[in-house]
Amino acid sequence: MKYESQSVAKLYFIAAIGLFVGQIVFGLVMGLQYVMGDFMFPEIPFNVARMVHTNLLIVWLLFGFMGAAYYLIPEEAETELHSPMLAKLMFWVFLVAGALTILGYLLVPYSTLAEMTGNSLLPTMGREFLEQPTITKIGIVIVALSFLYNVGFTVLKGRKTVITLVLLIGLAGLAIFFLFSFYNPDNLVKDKYYWWFVVHLWVEGVWELIMASILAFVLIKTTGVDREIIEKWLYIIIAMALITGLIGTGHHFFWIGAPEYWLWWGSIFSALEPIPFFMMTVFAFNMVNKRRINHPNQPAVLWALGTAVMAFLGAGVWGFMHTLAPVNYYTHGTQITAAHGHMAFYGAYVMIVLAIISYAMPLLRGRKACNSAASQVAEMWSFWLMTISMVFITLFLTGAGILQVYLQRFSDEPMSFMVVQDKIELFYWMREGAGVVFLIGLLLYVYSFFIGGEERTVEEKV
Amino acid sequence: MSEVFTKSMARNIFYGGSVFFFLLLLALTFQTHEAWPERDNHENLTDTVRHGKELWEVNNCVGCHSLLGEGAYFAPELGNVYQRYGNSTDAIKAFIMSRPKEGIPGRRSMPQFNFDDEELEAIAQFLKYASGINTNDWPPNIQG
Ligand code: HEM
Ligand code: HEM
Ligand SMILES: [Fe+2]
Repeated sequence: MKYESQSVAKLYFIAAIGLFVGQIVFGLVMGLQYVMGDFMFPEIPFNVARMVHTNLLIVWLLFGFMGAAYYLIPEEAETELHSPMLAKLMFWVFLVAGALTILGYLLVPYSTLAEMTGNSLLPTMGREFLEQPTITKIGIVIVALSFLYNVGFTVLKGRKTVITLVLLIGLAGLAIFFLFSFYNPDNLVKDKYYWWFVVHLWVEGVWELIMASILAFVLIKTTGVDREIIEKWLYIIIAMALITGLIGTGHHFFWIGAPEYWLWWGSIFSALEPIPFFMMTVFAFNMVNKRRINHPNQPAVLWALGTAVMAFLGAGVWGFMHTLAPVNYYTHGTQITAAHGHMAFYGAYVMIVLAIISYAMPLLRGRKACNSAASQVAEMWSFWLMTISMVFITLFLTGAGILQVYLQRFSDEPMSFMVVQDKIELFYWMREGAGVVFLIGLLLYVYSFFIGGEERTVEEKV
Repeated sequence: MSEVFTKSMARNIFYGGSVFFFLLLLALTFQTHEAWPERDNHENLTDTVRHGKELWEVNNCVGCHSLLGEGAYFAPELGNVYQRYGNSTDAIKAFIMSRPKEGIPGRRSMPQFNFDDEELEAIAQFLKYASGINTNDWPPNIQG
């Protein structure tokens, strides 16, 4: 750690990991509800568990992105953070707002929460991923603006690099597109259309900028490759992300009442969306092959390579699988969607956050370069446990999805939704099994932080 | 990458490309607004339907169900439930009304929301309105 103020990142990273554990616990609750329908009913109905699962995911990824920014921006800008105090204050504001929201989901019926928080004044609740009470959404905007102000001014007074610039554009875009969550027209078609301006333009737009810039930072640090080369890659990757991803939004406009020409625009452009993810994979492996140093933090390199591969598989391959309109006609809103959503979120955004945590955390904790060998071994085991179990979760859901599509939508005598769900129960049991392994991997990950011992130092490569 | 392709070229592709395709997205969005009146069933967007949408939201129905294929995948698609229930809002109301408070042992159960008559009517009308949107023939069949 070169600058004292980078240390605020540590708070953000710890909170991120804590909420990640909560997310997975609720994932397992839902996984059980899929096969034992009355599990925890009516205390925690499925929809409540789902809100907790997905909202915790989003919140902890945001903690991760902000932590990443607070760590890497002072280092890139070669100056202390504009206001470490503000960063700490906003951390607590965000954490408390997040915790109260989750408690609200769990402790009172959702309609009561809506009433308590005055949803009727500005109705924004009750839409997938955007279930937060309106006041929480306003809180998120305030936190995001203070954060942008803080890192923005840090960059302004310091060195401006391509990495910080791209990260800032990505984070600003994240805040801007979130504003669409306040637009909730009565017209269902418009509501759905603009809902995607948050969700799609996040994960297949500005978040890719965030991911690519964090990846570039970790690669510069762990491979010692020349910044010029890395920056050129970074630009071209994010160029492809936005060139394909902006119009690619159309792959969500096929069946929600938008005009037919979106079948073409959406299919063609979203079919190109795997390109930036593929480039990230080539980029990561290329840089590691051309490395000038052997960095002793092996898990950080592993996460960086892992995120590149898994993002390509989850977003690129699984995304492509169902993105052409004639295919999506059958797969839309099935377990195929869930399979893709899981691997894409894990591969791209979970793993990039874990990559920067893996790189930065030892330094934030005052180590020279990395954790002890024993701790690294544990962390790498957790990498494989989580990653392989996520591959299996995806495969089982894909199996369930193919059967669901066939039985419910494709065969000559289509069966009803609930009948089909009973028939594919086995796949849901296997998904739950893989989920348990995922949780074990995650707990091992947490445990790896508590393994002490002798640390290693940087060795230059000839 | 080769030396012929420079960093500033990459940067220009990024700025030029993003701005261009963002403007294209805006243009297509504008065009989409023009096309909507033909397709979005707004003529049936009554105050009852509006209230129904609000109830749909504040009870987080989309946390279990999908609507036009979006939402959760735990419970049936509701974009065409009106047709599936024989074009009857009464059948929809009867179903919602009759959910047992403690659920059905061992089965996925829908909560009992204790809606009054006016609320039941609003939800059913909202679902009927949704079923009238032109979705390019989706879903493939009545099962949703
Ligand atoms: C890291 C990037 C990505 C993430 C995190 C992601 C995540 C998701 C999620 C969570 C959904 C479900 C949304 C809902 O609940 O309705 C979804 C839907 C979808 N995604 Fe992605 N995605 C990514 C990239 C891609 C890419 C690159 C493609 C295409 C090549 C793609 C194609 C699709 C399609 C077609 C759907 C709609 C599925 C349906 O009709 O039900 N995604 N994505
Ligand atoms: C490890 C055990 C996990 C289990 C058992 C699990 C289970 C589930 C279930 C049952 C759903 C709801 C599907 C539905 O609507 O019917 C869901 C949704 C979701 N989960 Fe997980 N999950 C797990 C881990 C994760 C992880 C690690 C991530 C992120 C990387 C994640 C991200 C999501 C997302 C984005 C959705 C919404 C998907 C969509 O709308 O298509 N889950 N999960
Ligand atoms: Fe998308």
